[in-house]
Amino acid sequence: MQAKKRYILVFVSCAFLAYCYFGGYRLKKSDGPHRNLQVVDSVTRARLLEKLPSYKLGDSVQMLQGIDKMNKAANKVNKIKEISLDDGNKERSCRMERCFDFTKCYGEFLVYVYPPEPLNSLGAAPPVSANYQKILSAIRESRYYTSQPERACLFVLAIDTLDRDSLSNDYVRNVPSRLARLTYWNNGRNHLIFNLYSGTWPDYAEDSLGFDPGEAILAKASMSVLHIRPNFDISIPLFHKQFPLRSGSSGLVQTNNFPANKKYLLAFKGKRYVHGIGSETRNSLFHLHNGRDIILVTTCRHGKSWRELQDGRCDEDNREYDKYDYETLLQNSTFCLVPRGRRLGSFRFLEALQAGCIPVLLSNSWVLPFESKIDWKEAVIWADERLLLQVPEVVRSISLERILALRQQTQVLWERYFGSIEKIVFTTFEIIRERLPDYPIRNTFIWNTSPGALLTLPTFADSSRYMPFLLDSMGVEPRHNYTAVIYVQIGSILGPNTALYKLIKTISKSQFVDRILVLWAADRPIPSKKRWPTTYHIPFHIITLSGLTIGKSLRSMKNDASEKFFNGTILTAQAPPHLQDFKHFKDETFDIFDERPSISQRFYPYPEIQTDAVLSLDEDSILNTDELDFAYTVWRDFPDRIVGYPARAHFWDDTKNAWGYTSKWTNYYSIVLTGAAFYHRYYNYLYTNWLSLLLLKTVQQSSNCEDILMNLLVSHVTRKPPIKVTQRKGYKDRETGHSPWNDPDHFIQRQSCLNTFAAVFGYMPLIRSNLRLDPVLYRDPVSNLRKKYRQIELVGS
Amino acid sequence: MKKLLAAISHRSERFQTSVSYIIIIVLVICGVSIVHNLINVQNEAGRSNNKVPLDLDHVREILLSNSNEETRERDANCRLWDCVNLYKCGQKGHDRLTIYVYPLQEYVDEDSGKTVSILTREYYQILEAVVRSRYYTPNPNEACLFLPSIDVLNGNLVKPSAVEKALALQNYWDNGENHIIFNMIPRTDGYVLKTDRAIILGGGFDTWAYRNGFDLSLPIYSPTQQNIADLSAKSTHLPRRNLLIVVLPNIYPKYHNQIHTLFVDNPNEVLMLDKCVTHTKEFSIKNTMHCNSSRGKSVDYPRVFEKGTFCLYCHSVNSDESDLMEILAYNCIPVIAVDNSVLPFEDVLDWSLFSLKIREAEMHALVKKLSTVSHTKIFELQRQGRWVYHRYFKDLNAITLTALEILENRIFPHKARSVMDWNKPDDNYRSTFNPLFLPIISPKAQGFTAVILTYDRVESLFTLIQKLALVPSLQSILVIWNNQNKMPPHLSSFPTISKPLKVIQTRANKLSNRFYPYNEIETEAILTIDDDINMLTTDELDFGYEVWREFPDRIVGFPSRIHVWDNVSMHWRYESEWTNQISMVLTGAAFHHKFWSHMYTYAMPGNIKDWVDQHMNCEDIAMNFLVANITNKPPIKVTPRKKFKCPECTNTEMLSADLNHMRERSACIDRFASIYGRMPLRSVEFRADPVLFRDNFPEKLKRFNDVGNL
Repeated sequence: MQAKKRYILVFVSCAFLAYCYFGGYRLKKSDGPHRNLQVVDSVTRARLLEKLPSYKLGDSVQMLQGIDKMNKAANKVNKIKEISLDDGNKERSCRMERCFDFTKCYGEFLVYVYPPEPLNSLGAAPPVSANYQKILSAIRESRYYTSQPERACLFVLAIDTLDRDSLSNDYVRNVPSRLARLTYWNNGRNHLIFNLYSGTWPDYAEDSLGFDPGEAILAKASMSVLHIRPNFDISIPLFHKQFPLRSGSSGLVQTNNFPANKKYLLAFKGKRYVHGIGSETRNSLFHLHNGRDIILVTTCRHGKSWRELQDGRCDEDNREYDKYDYETLLQNSTFCLVPRGRRLGSFRFLEALQAGCIPVLLSNSWVLPFESKIDWKEAVIWADERLLLQVPEVVRSISLERILALRQQTQVLWERYFGSIEKIVFTTFEIIRERLPDYPIRNTFIWNTSPGALLTLPTFADSSRYMPFLLDSMGVEPRHNYTAVIYVQIGSILGPNTALYKLIKTISKSQFVDRILVLWAADRPIPSKKRWPTTYHIPFHIITLSGLTIGKSLRSMKNDASEKFFNGTILTAQAPPHLQDFKHFKDETFDIFDERPSISQRFYPYPEIQTDAVLSLDEDSILNTDELDFAYTVWRDFPDRIVGYPARAHFWDDTKNAWGYTSKWTNYYSIVLTGAAFYHRYYNYLYTNWLSLLLLKTVQQSSNCEDILMNLLVSHVTRKPPIKVTQRKGYKDRETGHSPWNDPDHFIQRQSCLNTFAAVFGYMPLIRSNLRLDPVLYRDPVSNLRKKYRQIELVGS
Repeated sequence: MKKLLAAISHRSERFQTSVSYIIIIVLVICGVSIVHNLINVQNEAGRSNNKVPLDLDHVREILLSNSNEETRERDANCRLWDCVNLYKCGQKGHDRLTIYVYPLQEYVDEDSGKTVSILTREYYQILEAVVRSRYYTPNPNEACLFLPSIDVLNGNLVKPSAVEKALALQNYWDNGENHIIFNMIPRTDGYVLKTDRAIILGGGFDTWAYRNGFDLSLPIYSPTQQNIADLSAKSTHLPRRNLLIVVLPNIYPKYHNQIHTLFVDNPNEVLMLDKCVTHTKEFSIKNTMHCNSSRGKSVDYPRVFEKGTFCLYCHSVNSDESDLMEILAYNCIPVIAVDNSVLPFEDVLDWSLFSLKIREAEMHALVKKLSTVSHTKIFELQRQGRWVYHRYFKDLNAITLTALEILENRIFPHKARSVMDWNKPDDNYRSTFNPLFLPIISPKAQGFTAVILTYDRVESLFTLIQKLALVPSLQSILVIWNNQNKMPPHLSSFPTISKPLKVIQTRANKLSNRFYPYNEIETEAILTIDDDINMLTTDELDFGYEVWREFPDRIVGFPSRIHVWDNVSMHWRYESEWTNQISMVLTGAAFHHKFWSHMYTYAMPGNIKDWVDQHMNCEDIAMNFLVANITNKPPIKVTPRKKFKCPECTNTEMLSADLNHMRERSACIDRFASIYGRMPLRSVEFRADPVLFRDNFPEKLKRFNDVGNL
């Protein structure tokens, strides 16, 4: 009985427990229907959602009005807005549509620079700082420049406006009255004003320029997001007085070590201001200095009266400060702190960028240089002045891969946009230019990857697909086949045994040729139809370049071949635009100029060239079909480089203190001549439309060196050497009469060209290579039958 | 509970009895605790349900009286660094945005007795997206940003003064600091909602009102978007009959005349839609009816957008039209003719990749401009537009999450994604971004580190070390002793060489040890070399390093292999024959950048690394796959073919070159290709030789003359 009771009790308890355990849930669930959409299933959810009204007017009947009425209201608002904007500070509300005259910029983008101001009453020249002088010369010597104000889209002042700190030595006085005297000022419309410093002690007001820039676009350093007029003003970097006009020093990163193995993680060495605007951040840096991997040293030892102003820490700070060398810190630190100074920007920014020391910015509200186009997230780390103490933690959290990428990007940006005053000015121009209606906009990929926007002419094509640079990142290959372009300078009599005849035959056997173009620049008439070899299905064009013989040869051609000339056509080159430029150029500056067409015309982007690959040949080149095909397949792997046969080298000649050029056999090369080479069609466009007119003039005058110039251009763009394929070195048919190449003067001329070019580029872009590319089985001890390029095996050097 | 008492009384009666009572007691205690727990759980669930602010059943009503204060004016000078309290963000050390959402509340105007803002479907979806996102926090003390549940999505639907009062009532309002307000449609009467220091996430901004880096430009969502099926695949093949589609009612009236002229001049290119004349209502409610103005036929709007290549988007900035989203949804390329507008997500999206922009003043030249756009460009614009739409604009969830990510990027800028990253479609596996993109040739002085993987072949190891030490560009040697059963020979017994030498004994015999990025490696270039490869000459190694310097992002090495597709077995085959092509370079003797060792160790996809370690094979193939997959570039073979390993054997090149070995290697290729989902290897027909290789030239003058002898 007892036991039974007990068991019953146990049983009841268990049942109770079970009830509690299972039933409890039921209790919980039966809370009634839920309208919490988070909990219900998707069908119910959709139904419940339907019950809520939509936010669009169309559905909410209570607010329904006629759309016309709405539009009217909107119109009214816009009008109100326009009026209010006009009423208020008109210049502050400047946008391109409001303050810029686009009609001046149709067709071309030219910049007018005012002539130097007249001497003042004392006979002194108005002061212009060295940097402003450099800006002006960069413009005057560029392709943007025009001396005719009526053709200009943009106007640049001759008055030095760089330093508007009224306490500074470079401060130019009476700017307002000088501006008033300018003929085309028009309240600053279409004017571009460069400025590095504005405001002065104690508040360093950003908008205090000492004159009213009116509707002019400001290209200004240290701009803040509160003052910049979006899509109108342009923020430029602060650069120091010794900054080079043209590409001087390149980026300092020489190696791409991973991990970087720098001695310091974060470094800063600089002045601090004991009080006043911008002093707080630098004054608290010492908290982070640990003497090991974070070196942040400051000094108050600057200015005349620092002793009077100094605070308690100054002595201690100065001791630490003297322990470290600025340059050494830049070189040996992964990150460099770039805190604001009195103004938002500092020299340090560009210095760190050049050194490949990743800038860590502490400058709230600063608009970074060219921020509308350059994505700085890829090259700098933003920190917040308020969170200074978190900076070490932030930089430590950045992964090794990201550091590698950031460091490389600092170099890309430095090289492409910031390395020289010229680049900074041109980038400013290009940003403005992209706002013009007829100019295509370059996308963010072009702006933020090498070779960058200055070397990517968007007028060439509207897709990067047709350019050699972004193919990898787009996941595409260059388009197939090539166009052979043969430049005929001598034009000896054509016969089956002549080099030109054999060359055309060889090309027509190539499996990748798309068409053949002969550029006839010789003084002799074009040979008649039957003298040319047949090219079968491959289109064949002759373009005459030699002005003198056009009429004659054309007439003779017309008699000979009434309608069709083989498979192709004869064309007379319409004077290419760059020739017109030449003439224009000539009128302005130069007198010595002969009417002879330039040898640069071999690189003119003829519309007949429709393939990405161009095979450039001289009339006396000797190559076999396998060589052409092999070089072409190699080029497909390196579409941004020149790939070809005749290699040459440059070297620094210490005795002459100049660059030397050699055609001797060497263990290295830096030039692949365009007498037998593949390159991307885009380089023709760049050569014709981008190169400085000074360079093109040098080529025209010497009727030489165009191939060297092309090599410099391509190396400048890619920062890589050209590629030589297989053994062949002598590529000229030695039988062909008096080639200019046999002339000893020819060689000396080339040497002097090289030096002129290097001077105009501002550096020597050529890069050496120690290797050549051969077919995989080249000269291997296997049967020739197994080899794909058998003809190459037979070619000696 | 009665039972419990009964049990207790029972217990007191029969105090001294047996263990079973104890059991009962234990059970009862358990029972009580379970009940207790359950109640607790229920309470907690209830509480957390309250925390989740989206319960439509428990909306509290709050009366707004006249005495309530309104918010202050919108602060035009607000920027991230003065109007956001960053100390509230990233409190827990994680750099993650946290958002608190106020519980749903209904604010009633005391005077009129009306609700000040009606909760709309779209706003509910936004709130829901936030609550479900990784950014949500139910704890206001942990929150970085605050999202009021007051619906001002459409500014026209609310009474401003009342809403402003309601906003000011929010518990943590504090002048609007750290608050975000979704306001897709600004008020058409131009009234600017007083939001004090709150961040506005809104549509229809112009560059004057937009506080750059603070506000966020949103698209104006169209409710029809959800009915537009995923046309992404189909619409590419649809012929697009019209160059340009213009929907007049959506266009700023100022430009109607110009559009008419465009239409009259190019009747075949332009499709112009207008209100239907026959339609009795002034304007159809749901915007479903538009008429082709030339034929007077009604069309299916907005579906008609799929017929156009380009679609004009042009109205004043503060209009409520959401046709931009509809245009994108149908993969028509928007032609944006709104001067000084701030486009949706303009901070991170490069609109030039999927739209065209023209100045309003250039409207007359529109057709001319459009007809010059190349087919390639059109194709690219469409493709990008499709991707961007599906990634960022597809529905309110996508829009909300994109907006929040942008905010997170701003608040933790050091974690921000690059603009390229935002705009790069991730659906094209062939598109690559080379991590070693800087075109520099590193200085020769640095030299390379030879990493020798060895097990116990001490003799051949020593020979190799001696040979390597003679290579001028060698910086140091690292011997990886992969044998755990045997200690490496003492350093003193190693050959004395003039270069630094280090021995590292590994913990396990794994092939991946060869690619570990040891701290001891101080150079960029690593030469991985097997302990039995001692047939390479000094010149060859030196030259190999030179070649690597010119191609630092590739594997540069000596023995090469090729992969071929076998049409019979439908598998990849590995070949070591004398072929005209190469696609792999074996790491038994090859240079690579140390970065690749890092990637091999830490970032190889799938379980390739473990698999290779388990099977003790194919580490070289894995490395080739890794590099090729990231860069899309083939490796570079240096100098002519050599006899590697076993110089005595004449027929086969490698000791292991038997059928079985080849089969295993082929299987590796198959396996890796399936892990990568593609075949990243690319074959090329060239190799690198010294410039004067095999030239009839005095050997003495050649820099690398001992090259290519078998």
